[in-house]
Amino acid sequence: MTDSNTAQPEGPHPNRHAATLEFAHVAKTYPGTDEPAIHDLSFTVEAGEICVLVGPSGCGKTTAMRMVNRMIELSAGDILLDGESVQGRNTAALRRDIGYAIQQVGLFPHLDVAGNIATVPKLLGWSKDRIAARVTELLELVGLDPDEMRSRYPSQLSGGQRQRIGVARALAADPPLMLMDEPFGAIDPISRERLQNEFLRLQGEIRKTIVFVTHDIDEAIKLGDRIAVLQKGGVLAQYATPAELLMAPESDFVADFVGADRALKRLALQRVRDVDLWTTPWVRAGEPVAAARSRVSQTDLKLPLLVDDQDRPLRWLTDADLRGETVPSASGARPPHCVEADDILRDALSDLLQHGVQYAPVTDAGGRVTGILSLELITDFLGHQVPGHIIEAPSASDRVDSSP
Amino acid sequence: MTLGVLAQVVIRERTQTCESRNDFCPDWIAHHYDEYLSPLWTHLQLVLVSVALGFVIAFALAVVAHRRRWLVGPITGFTGILYTIPSIALFTILLPITGFGFWTAIIALTSYTLLIIFRNIVTGLDNVPEEARDAARGMGLTERQRLWKVEVPLALPEIFAGLRIATTTTVGLAALAFFAGAGGLGAQLMTDINFKSNIVLAGGLCVLLAVALDLILLVAERLTVRWEFEG
Repeated sequence: MTDSNTAQPEGPHPNRHAATLEFAHVAKTYPGTDEPAIHDLSFTVEAGEICVLVGPSGCGKTTAMRMVNRMIELSAGDILLDGESVQGRNTAALRRDIGYAIQQVGLFPHLDVAGNIATVPKLLGWSKDRIAARVTELLELVGLDPDEMRSRYPSQLSGGQRQRIGVARALAADPPLMLMDEPFGAIDPISRERLQNEFLRLQGEIRKTIVFVTHDIDEAIKLGDRIAVLQKGGVLAQYATPAELLMAPESDFVADFVGADRALKRLALQRVRDVDLWTTPWVRAGEPVAAARSRVSQTDLKLPLLVDDQDRPLRWLTDADLRGETVPSASGARPPHCVEADDILRDALSDLLQHGVQYAPVTDAGGRVTGILSLELITDFLGHQVPGHIIEAPSASDRVDSSP
Repeated sequence: MTLGVLAQVVIRERTQTCESRNDFCPDWIAHHYDEYLSPLWTHLQLVLVSVALGFVIAFALAVVAHRRRWLVGPITGFTGILYTIPSIALFTILLPITGFGFWTAIIALTSYTLLIIFRNIVTGLDNVPEEARDAARGMGLTERQRLWKVEVPLALPEIFAGLRIATTTTVGLAALAFFAGAGGLGAQLMTDINFKSNIVLAGGLCVLLAVALDLILLVAERLTVRWEFEG
């Protein structure tokens, strides 16, 4: 009903400001217990960043998140939203200004999808037209068909759809800060992967400040701009970018939590095209052999690769191939196994190992050779990335398609 | 001629004996049902007023007890005691205080609805999914908004169930309201407790009334609680 013209003026103001969030010596001790649930927690989340709170169960990550919108009151310290203490604010007003999405989603079973999404806008007294336009827009934003979904009830939705509606509902009033407590925790691994990717795409569009709670370090590494690792008693073990965390864990606890395979996890943060690839001579059929041979000496890998006239790899050439006057054609030969420049390094490595090869041509989106990736390169890449010169972690939008 | 007279006698004999033999007499019912309409109307009023009053009181009690859990026990106990007092005893107790009449019956009937309605509302409110409650709180609904926009709507199926049981029960109990001098179908029943057609008619109207009210509530529930019946 609402065409894009009426939806537009209400649209997400990509610039509606994202808030900065600061934990300043926050502590929480529940009455009747000696051990604090949160112990002197201090860190800052920059506007527009995803901060992932991660840690084993009982580390207080959910408690920390719930103190932001005062679902749990803090015992000491302060939480500042854009420099202003949350404690001075009316709780209901504060919460309406902060998006809230939880693992169980908590859609209202008695309201249809539109009614659920409209919850906060209604509380804020938006007009009917504005709410309807916003519902349409949000359903499109989370990848659902507005006309099909609008009037369904939660019981008629799949788990993944519920989750998306939950996120849409949390976004409804375009809050500058979102709190998300294991929003993908109850989803099967395949849908989960897809929802994570969609979430990153979405964040690329909306650029909210997000506090994201999970117990899954892989999810934290994939989604976080920064990760706060908490240990028992709500002690902050480390607050760092995913790359820093993987390369330079500050304690045994963090190293343990990140996992013995953290070198491999780092490979998930980088793509093949980020690596300084090897060169090799690529030659075309019919080219004089002499020219090809002269180029061999100038490249990293002394193995000529036969390519077609669009630079697509055909096969590796052997010494026997280079005995004639001109380079022979590729008739009948199987093309070599290639990796794609957009692959993440982890998948590329897996590819090499699976095919039992030391190196493989790298191709771009058009299938053209751009270089050679080798096991040695990957080893070097891991070895050289010492904490001193950390490569800037790829931005969230860069990593959208990082899954296989 | 003789045969014709004989036939007439036989016919008269039969029509007379249906009532005198105390049979079920459709003809008699067809001629007399309008005498039952006024008691039926009184009966309906007794039921509607006492269930409505009972609902208002029980709802208020349930909302208070929902916030202060410790009250659930005492309120259940008290309304439970009211529920177990034999109705005739209750009418007799009330008579010296409130006298004969409609409102004495209403007080007694209302007190019988309290336990059922109260318990159903409390159960309904308790059954609201915790995550819906948490989401409502997290999105900034005030306590009152959570009650009216989330908890009560989600408790409606239980509330309707309570209303339906209470209504059906009250239709039956109101048949005893004549003890308090409040009339109704019970009074009509007592006018000739030995005449089958009377009992069938008055009793049948009681049953029909109960069924009709139950159906009305069922339809009302379907219209209000649409989410329960979709998909």
